[in-house]
Amino acid sequence: MLYREAGQFKSTYGEDQQIFPIRQERIAVALLLVVAFVVVPMVANQYWLSAILTPFLIFALAALGLNILTGYAGQLSLGTAAFMAVGAFMAYNFVLRMPWLGAIASFILAGICAAAVGIVFGLPSLRIKGFYLAVATLACQFFVLWAIQRIGWFTNDSATGVITAQAIEILGYAFDSPERKYVLTLAIVAVLALLAKNLMRSGTGRAFMAVRDMDVAASVIGIPMMQTKLLAFAISSFYCGVAGALYAYTYLGTVEPEAFTLDLSFRILFMIIIGGVGSILGSFLGAAFITLLPIFLSVLFGAASHTFGLDISHAIVSNIELMIFGGLIIFFLIVEPHGLARLWQIAKEKLRLWPFPH
Amino acid sequence: MNRIAIALTALAVGAAGFSGAAVAQAKEQFIPANGYWVGPYAPGGSGFFAGMIDYMTVINERDGGVNGVKLTWEKCETEYNNARGVECYERSKNKGPTGATVIHPLSTGITYSIIEKATADKIPVISMGYGRTDAADGRVFPYIFPLITTYWSQNTAKIKFIGQKEGGMDKLKGKKIVNLYHDSAYGKETIPVLDVQAKKYGFQITHIAVPHPGNEQQSQWLQIRQQRPDWVILRGWGVMNPTAIKTAARTGFPREKILGVWWSGAEEDVIPAGDAAKGYYAAAFNLPGTNHPVMKEVLKHVYGKGKGEFDDKSRIGSIYHTRGVVAGIITVEAIRTAQAKFGKGNAITGEQMRWGIENLNLDAKRLKELGASDLMQPLKVSCKDHEGGGAVKFMQWDGRKWNVVSGWIESDQSIVRPMIEESAAQYAKEKGIKPRDC
Repeated sequence: MLYREAGQFKSTYGEDQQIFPIRQERIAVALLLVVAFVVVPMVANQYWLSAILTPFLIFALAALGLNILTGYAGQLSLGTAAFMAVGAFMAYNFVLRMPWLGAIASFILAGICAAAVGIVFGLPSLRIKGFYLAVATLACQFFVLWAIQRIGWFTNDSATGVITAQAIEILGYAFDSPERKYVLTLAIVAVLALLAKNLMRSGTGRAFMAVRDMDVAASVIGIPMMQTKLLAFAISSFYCGVAGALYAYTYLGTVEPEAFTLDLSFRILFMIIIGGVGSILGSFLGAAFITLLPIFLSVLFGAASHTFGLDISHAIVSNIELMIFGGLIIFFLIVEPHGLARLWQIAKEKLRLWPFPH
Repeated sequence: MNRIAIALTALAVGAAGFSGAAVAQAKEQFIPANGYWVGPYAPGGSGFFAGMIDYMTVINERDGGVNGVKLTWEKCETEYNNARGVECYERSKNKGPTGATVIHPLSTGITYSIIEKATADKIPVISMGYGRTDAADGRVFPYIFPLITTYWSQNTAKIKFIGQKEGGMDKLKGKKIVNLYHDSAYGKETIPVLDVQAKKYGFQITHIAVPHPGNEQQSQWLQIRQQRPDWVILRGWGVMNPTAIKTAARTGFPREKILGVWWSGAEEDVIPAGDAAKGYYAAAFNLPGTNHPVMKEVLKHVYGKGKGEFDDKSRIGSIYHTRGVVAGIITVEAIRTAQAKFGKGNAITGEQMRWGIENLNLDAKRLKELGASDLMQPLKVSCKDHEGGGAVKFMQWDGRKWNVVSGWIESDQSIVRPMIEESAAQYAKEKGIKPRDC
């Protein structure tokens, strides 16, 4: 009833090609941004900002990066955490060694370093595909961590390999409280998500998808294989690198190389599988699912045992949480193999017909 | 599908609401139990927090709390994961009438992650026998307490013990020692102090890393066999420990020449290795057993009333369990000290708790009153020295239980303290912290 495009006429190409062609969607997105930028920092408490929303945004950005590579360009990668590590440690080094750069420039340079590493480890993709490529990107995962742990320069010769992120200051404005860190993260993620959305609607994005769908056909119609694949690796690694820098600077504050293990790469891969492969929105939904659900389950069980006075051993509760989490993943994959983003799309289609489906 | 989704959402919203509301009651002291009960390190986490909670139950059941203030706690699962640890910290810090009193992260990584947050929130962090070593300089780290002994102190005691076994510190000259470490912040922490000691005593040190989680060590032990060291220091954690002992047995390295840190020296670390572990040494800052008077109190007031944390009674009195009891004693005594200054019978804040820990003095007399004379060493904390104790005992596994084979071996503060102060000063400089006057 409310969500209907009847009566909205498009008279120019520009109107026809905008990101959100339906007016209701534009309003909804604008409202969402206002809520995220203005209302949330005012009402949310520290717990929500620093333990839930900030990590959610950072993981969404990393998932978005992987989605560009795996979802749009069809190149399976298990090196996501390594690219994040490059971003985190290079951002630290840029701020440390070139303090005049400022935080934002350091984050961007860190992302560019990650992109360079991505291009190097993307080279095998010119020859090998699918699972074999995934195994090749594993090399990146192990090599990068090895280098960070062994070469003292990356950690400024810290004996333990732990780095402590410096304070962030942009144009004389210190981002030190959870609210400010959240807003900074949100701003970076919003800009990068918008860029990604537009990129995927451009010729480059279409070239990515052509390579994904059938690379032989793509090269026949004149898409340069090497350039396209390496560009996908570069852009994807850039996003992951910025996510890594944010992980160090706006989320944890101290980072050890062990934070970026293969486990994290898998988690981000699961995020895009659950959220929706080849979907910008899916990256956010998947990140929300994987990072927030375990916390909700643990709070939920705490609340349940408190309210009903259940006396279950905590070890059992912790294990049940993991089981339920695993069960829900399987449930969602069976119900909708194309991810939560597809569920959202179906819901929107239904909503268009509601309340008169016939 | 829709109904399920609605139900899930409703539950989620309910849970979120619950997490925000703190149950406020006066005369309660809230101590979070942010630990881990699942995953590869669960034996350590579940044992430690069982001990701490059991001791706090004794105080509630026997004494009705600390001067009438009941101790309360809530468990939060960190999975030994830094991100979850930070989440638990944020969740627990405002609970109870005065917020979180003190945090025991039981993870070096999580300790690192919350140092700045806890300092800003004025909540003390006790990292007993782990964590950031240079935090022992209380002038730079006012809210962080690596109590009893730091990794570096332990390490000097360990070299002293090896010296004793070799027949004098001068005999260490020309000896070969391998430091087999877990490749993490925790594992790497002692490399600098070992290098300093190697130079001082003239032994040769080789650092060999074992990647997390450490369930495959064939190549490392092959390397050790080639080197033929006189001693191997095992700086392991979790599954890495039994694997190291088993692999040592397979490659024919004598277990009597392996010396573990205290995170490699629990029953859970040697029992899976079976007979291979016989003769293996490990350090300890607390001793196992149920014969200590305080452990008898735990048995009487907690397990006697069916309120104990362990379902498996055989774990009572294990190393991790008594370590948790030591943590409980320190926590309760610090609360008592703080109450003596800020008002008996009142719940104290984190800031007051910090004063309590900083002025904690557990001398031999007080330990005897508590029934913990043989369980732990005397402890005196000060504003400058956030470590307090510093001595270590060594135990040997005989295939069935740990036997104490040394007295309290004092650490060498002439090596450790200057390194701590130098490292802390560097941190202060990086962070722009002005050290306090003590």
